[in-house]
Amino acid sequence: MAQKTYAGVAIDVNEEGYFTNPAQWTKEIAAAIAKEEGLELTEKHYQVLEYLRNRHNGGEQLTIRGINKSGVVDVKDFYQLFPGAPLKKSTKIAGIPKPTSCV
Amino acid sequence: MSDNKNPVKKVSIICAKGTIEDVYAALVMGNGAVMEGIEANLFFTFFGLEAIMKKRMDNLHTGVVGNPAMRLPGGMRMPTLLGVIPGVEAMVSAMMKKEMDKLDVPPVSEFIELFVAGGGSLYACKLAADMFKIRKEDLSEHVKGIITVGEFYEKAGGEGSHIIFT
Repeated sequence: MAQKTYAGVAIDVNEEGYFTNPAQWTKEIAAAIAKEEGLELTEKHYQVLEYLRNRHNGGEQLTIRGINKSGVVDVKDFYQLFPGAPLKKSTKIAGIPKPTSCV
Repeated sequence: MSDNKNPVKKVSIICAKGTIEDVYAALVMGNGAVMEGIEANLFFTFFGLEAIMKKRMDNLHTGVVGNPAMRLPGGMRMPTLLGVIPGVEAMVSAMMKKEMDKLDVPPVSEFIELFVAGGGSLYACKLAADMFKIRKEDLSEHVKGIITVGEFYEKAGGEGSHIIFT
């Protein structure tokens, strides 16, 4: 299994850089991954990350529609917070697996 | 994510049919593109225009006649004659929508909002709109314009761009 060091901690990741053990995640690690993706995390980012982690830990599938209805962020802001590929990028920073949904 | 040297940068998707499955195929492809950071245009023409008409977009049906892949619950082919019974098409369409909702696939109007919020663009075909006597005010406010095929090709250009006819 591959490992990557963020904020001085060695993290187990898969070949695409996603956490294989979400329990290893911390806010500092998130900031380090975000930096690698060219993002500076704000309070709003952390709220979204927390929402994504809660959903994932609850065994729910992440979809763009679910995020729009989350009450945490609407889709427009979500795209602005994590520009490019928002769901892929945010889940990577949140330390959870890459979403498998097509919607 | 891949080491592809020529990634897809822009897709322009044409939807010419107004059944649930044709419209959703276009919307899933388009929304999937913006979610990947790919620029996306959706161009609706002929019966596909139903998908962007305010009053019709959430009432699309799926064709039950002349569709050999249509199955009854349990897997048996649906006899064509069954499809002509009044109400069968509506029932099948309602079932399709229910199954999609379970997978968190939104209704057309909401899907369009998500697509546009992600930076996608919607266009209607001028020729088809003229033919069906459809005016701008009949269309969703998210539709950027009623454009000609020439304008469509102008918008579809650029490096790494692709045109998809669903």
